[in-house]
Amino acid sequence: MAEDGKSEPAQPEQEVNRRAFFTRLGLGSLGLAAAGTLSFSYQYMSPNVLYEPSPIVNAGNPSKYAMNSVTEDRVTAIYLIRVQEGFFSLSAICTHLGCMTAWRPDLGIIACPCHGSRFTRYGKKIAGPAPRPLPWYRTWLSDDGDIMVDRATVIPPMQFLRI
Amino acid sequence: MAGKFDLYLDRMTKSRLWRSIFRSGSGDSSLHRAQKIQQNVFLHILPTKVRRRMLRLDATWYLGTLTLGTFMVLVITGILLMFYYHPSVPQAYADMKDLRYVVSAGLFLRNLHRWSAQAMVALVFAHMFRVFYRGAYRPPREFNWVIGVILLLVTLLLSYTGYLLPWDQLAFWAITVGTNIAKYVPLIGPRIRFLLLGGHLVNANALLRFYVLHCVVLPLAAVLFIVVHFWRIRKDGGLYAEQSQADGRKPADTPSLKSVEESVAVAEAVEKR
Repeated sequence: MAEDGKSEPAQPEQEVNRRAFFTRLGLGSLGLAAAGTLSFSYQYMSPNVLYEPSPIVNAGNPSKYAMNSVTEDRVTAIYLIRVQEGFFSLSAICTHLGCMTAWRPDLGIIACPCHGSRFTRYGKKIAGPAPRPLPWYRTWLSDDGDIMVDRATVIPPMQFLRI
Repeated sequence: MAGKFDLYLDRMTKSRLWRSIFRSGSGDSSLHRAQKIQQNVFLHILPTKVRRRMLRLDATWYLGTLTLGTFMVLVITGILLMFYYHPSVPQAYADMKDLRYVVSAGLFLRNLHRWSAQAMVALVFAHMFRVFYRGAYRPPREFNWVIGVILLLVTLLLSYTGYLLPWDQLAFWAITVGTNIAKYVPLIGPRIRFLLLGGHLVNANALLRFYVLHCVVLPLAAVLFIVVHFWRIRKDGGLYAEQSQADGRKPADTPSLKSVEESVAVAEAVEKR
């Protein structure tokens, strides 16, 4: 057995000669350098400062929105909607694959031209492949009396801005 | 006339300058012709000898060679298009329109680039179907099939990244939808999209990233894998030839070949038991 065997040959995996040691050292340093390069590349490719438009939109004075109206802004990709309960803002970006939806006044629904998803004016999905309803954005009244919309903050639905 | 031309040709190929460039020397012997391939840096990855019947149209339909041809057209026309194209917003769209309406031969080059891209994708698929249905992917060629699948992916990525560059509505929404599909990858999906676009929107960063991928990164990857793909043809024993029948008849057609394979498979299964 291993305890009493004097002539027992050394275990091959325990024996490290000079060549094997340097091979491992070399491969180890190369692996470390590769991991560093990978992490460095990942950080380099992720921009830290983005020159994208501000998520906060000034939607203007509430009086310009008629009762029961849906106003779409294609530049900021939001809907500003006024109903009896108050004002609210929806994202116009379809939750399926990011196409710009459009308000269809003839049908009274929001429809996506890409893959046929349909939503009510409250963002609820009626038909199509969209996995989620259109998100509601946080809205508030600025000190100047304008409706402000924050496209970066999604709120639970049915929270109206009452004026 | 022809005699004189041959004389000059002979004198040229025997000159010291010629011999300093082409070490294989002149001569039409089998050895010389093999050396011409073997000792040339561009040709040495190819087999020095090819079976005569493998050069016939019905052996391969030349689908791989045609794919390479479209790729070379794409590289040349692509480089020429780069002389007029700025990958910036909104200049890219204006440059595309300039190529169409203002630049001499711009319309021709842009259309050639676009149609060759469509043809290349179609030819890659045709080539793969051909290889698959002829069984040319089987050992010892199985690794070259894997290289081929990588080349298919590189081709599709080249096609996709090139789609954004005109910076028109079609480009914008195709990339919006495409990168949103990437977002569906579990856990890292949104991160992949962010890295691809260099932001959250299809914007100036995305255009520049797709431009660099389309003009530098992916073509380099394609060339690298094309070289390995061709070299492997030689290493794996040349182009795949169907098995000839003992009586010298035409190689068996698919149905009877299938029955042979089935009987071999059955025999092997029995043997394993």
